[in-house]
Amino acid sequence: MPYVGQSVRRKEDARLIRGEGIYVGDVRLDGMAHAAILRSPIAHGEITGIDVSEAKAQPTVIDVITAEDIRDVPKIPMRLTTYSELTEALQYPLAKDRVRYVGEPVAVVVAASRYEAEDALGLIEVEYEPLGIVIDAKQALETEVRLHDTVAHNVALRFVQECGDVESALAGSDEVIDETFYIHRHSGIPMETRGIVASFDPAGEMLTVWGVTKVVHFNRMVLADLLGLPPASIHFIETDVGGGFGVRGEFYPEDLLIPYLAKRIVRPIAWIEDRAEHLKATNHSREQWHRVRMGVTRNGRITALHDQLLNDHGAYIRTHGATVPSMSSAYMMGPYRIENYKCEAFCTLSNKTPAGTYRAPGRYEVTFVRERVIDLIARRLGMDPGEVRRVNLIPREEMPYETGLNAHGTQVVYDSGDYKRLLKESMDAFGYEDAKEFATEARATGRAVGVGMSFFVEKSGLGPWEYSRVEVDPHGRVAVFTGAADLGQGLETLLSQIVADEICADYDQVQVVHGNTDQIPYGRGSFASRASVMAGSASQTAARQARDKLVAIGAELLEVSPEDLSVAKGRVEVSGSPERSLSFGEIARNSEPGFTLPRGMTPGISEEAYFSVDRMVHPYGVNLALVEVNRDTGGVDIFRYLAAYDVGRSINPMLVDGQVVGGFAQGLGGALLEEFAYDSEGQPLSGSFMDYLLPTVSEMPPLDVLVTEHAPSPWNPLGIKGAGEGGTTAVGATLANAVCDALGITAEINRLPLTPERVKDLVRRCSGEPGLVQDEGRVLFPQIPGE
Amino acid sequence: MTEPADITLNVNDSEFRVRVEPRKTLADTLREDCRLTGTHLGCEHGVCGACTVLIDGEPVRSCLMFTVQCENVSIRTIESVANGDQLHPLQEQFCEQHALQCGFCTPGFIMLALGLLERNPSPDDDEIKEVLSSNLCRCTGYENIVKAVRATSEIMSGARESGQE
Repeated sequence: MPYVGQSVRRKEDARLIRGEGIYVGDVRLDGMAHAAILRSPIAHGEITGIDVSEAKAQPTVIDVITAEDIRDVPKIPMRLTTYSELTEALQYPLAKDRVRYVGEPVAVVVAASRYEAEDALGLIEVEYEPLGIVIDAKQALETEVRLHDTVAHNVALRFVQECGDVESALAGSDEVIDETFYIHRHSGIPMETRGIVASFDPAGEMLTVWGVTKVVHFNRMVLADLLGLPPASIHFIETDVGGGFGVRGEFYPEDLLIPYLAKRIVRPIAWIEDRAEHLKATNHSREQWHRVRMGVTRNGRITALHDQLLNDHGAYIRTHGATVPSMSSAYMMGPYRIENYKCEAFCTLSNKTPAGTYRAPGRYEVTFVRERVIDLIARRLGMDPGEVRRVNLIPREEMPYETGLNAHGTQVVYDSGDYKRLLKESMDAFGYEDAKEFATEARATGRAVGVGMSFFVEKSGLGPWEYSRVEVDPHGRVAVFTGAADLGQGLETLLSQIVADEICADYDQVQVVHGNTDQIPYGRGSFASRASVMAGSASQTAARQARDKLVAIGAELLEVSPEDLSVAKGRVEVSGSPERSLSFGEIARNSEPGFTLPRGMTPGISEEAYFSVDRMVHPYGVNLALVEVNRDTGGVDIFRYLAAYDVGRSINPMLVDGQVVGGFAQGLGGALLEEFAYDSEGQPLSGSFMDYLLPTVSEMPPLDVLVTEHAPSPWNPLGIKGAGEGGTTAVGATLANAVCDALGITAEINRLPLTPERVKDLVRRCSGEPGLVQDEGRVLFPQIPGE
Repeated sequence: MTEPADITLNVNDSEFRVRVEPRKTLADTLREDCRLTGTHLGCEHGVCGACTVLIDGEPVRSCLMFTVQCENVSIRTIESVANGDQLHPLQEQFCEQHALQCGFCTPGFIMLALGLLERNPSPDDDEIKEVLSSNLCRCTGYENIVKAVRATSEIMSGARESGQE
């Protein structure tokens, strides 16, 4: 029975369940010193003086550095969606002359322990001349204050994606919905904070770095460039990782500072982020303003969609460049056939923590916006929300469907999908009609009960390539060397399943090596839910090549022709004569130099393969919720929630399920609980988990997960679509629609999160009372310069 | 009183003699001085529970304990839970039910659940959830953690009934 498709137990668990995982904070090196970072206490100001002398004079302090010490180090470059305009707003590893967000690194202290390093932080004197604060996109556009001198209006970039003729189509529509929306700042918040351990060996001129993940090969190149070292003298080692969600593994200031210090002090050095730092220093995400105009016929068919979008990047552009708004602009249309579309996107800056990608980046946001608009259409036309969706879904017959848009440097083409089928199955599985009836009856008794739904398209399998190497050793062990990274999602397990099947070995015979740049020459990493598709496909190819070689050598050794051999359970045998067989180990031993090999064959069993694609693949899903709003507390009680997701094909159903449930929890947190709030001076108010609220088990509702395989992808041999993000994508949209249905209001749910305070405010306004929350019901879309 | 103190800790039935400043937390001492890195730090504010250990059978946030408070108590960490090669039923069920993904919060949850099950081998679902709501997980969405604890309680109370413990 093949391993692919089975819920095989994970290889990673054996060490993790015993507490024997090695995370970066567990790396211990002899004589290791510890770093602490002095971070800006203000959101915007000129640095008029820094005095580190008292700190340096402490007997416990090994070294202190400021921007002056690294004055020749350039800014941290972008990795994705790299428009040249954005280079005006990139970040130096230490603040040079100016700080632009609370938490920006200003100096680094090194001491024998973290306790002593932090003690010394208090001895550093920094003088700041405060500058005007830009707190959000609205202010960014209106104020005279510039975060970066060459960036006018604090707009780092404007770009447009379009197809068709949106203005004519809107003018010719029977109805136009014109609404503004706001999605708040929140982010991945993995349970493990970031960390870097670095060690420089002067004899071998080798710099070794732990704590890296996600895109190790790229980051090694960045570090080599910034330090002026050859890449070959930098060795990255990936440890166990406590979750990524998009925010871990990018190149941050500390990724330069700690290796730089290791080389400077010639002593191993560790920096482990604490949570208070993490909430200020690690990428934020999601903060967007939208103004949407959608035109429809009186039968509910969408004719046109025009979106203006402001993406708040915080104080600097980080490694993701314009990825988030690019994703938004490419996936705003979702599963619907919309022939006239225009998205005008602006990357704005503010005096807050820089922002990057977070699970379903750009898509959580636009799914909220679009699916709210769909419900508004339904209400305006007196149609059922499910029916409005159904009549607009792209039919299966039109797949592959060319959207005419671009993302991640590729054309966005939906490879496969049977959207109408999933909509029907989800609604049936949820009991949509019964739920609506229940809600209607409950509302008649004065309760605020409602049903919400949303449909979304996700993306995965980003190319352009991935590397894999499969080796078989004389003990018969099959080693897979992958350019992808393990962030806790089960990569070792998935690749073992795929390779075990392809090479015909036991699951336990396979071992996966990742993130180690000495053993893996090339890799694009794990992000954008690409690993299953890219690393899986490359590994499958490499495994097949290895199997072919085992058979060819086995044929020589057994003196038969390759066609007479079959392969199973790590052995090559003459078909029908099991006594004439060889184990993989025996064949590998016989392939070493000195043994006779078939003509043209090189020694050893080591096969490399690349998998290349120029387009992404597109899983898709439906979410439904039945909720009750407590008018007194503002609480949202979710009676039940259905998350449906078509992933093409499941390699390990248990892991896919885990991704959907875990993703849902994050989407839920984003919809109801989590928020990075700032005061008007740019001071973060979400300083700890007391303020930034993460869902606990108590917040999880009865959740049904429906994973389907209706539409395998035609674009990779396994037919798979990466499942990592779709649990999160539509939760904000679905709950907003449900709360809106429960309260019976039309346009007021146009911002997230739906905290008790805001929900109570909505309840007040529903009953005609004025709102109490500072932001008025309607989002006031900022004036865009040049309009 | 900032001078380092000589403290003897009883951890996993072994004695550890350490010299620590009074401000050093139990979590840091376990990880650095006792070299038991299975106990993890997720927030250091006592909210996330990744640092949960058992002290005299009670789940405790080791990030909120000072080492100097911990003489004369019995401390148990994740490293004590398996019996050599044999996993504890709770660990076995975590693997079986896919109750861990990145594994960072897992030792804290194991110790928390162990504290519950050793006190009450047959908790109902409400009690399981109430206890588990002490700790945060960012990967799993909790459902499988609940399933694993429930399955373990069935095994442990079943074993007790048939005298197998």
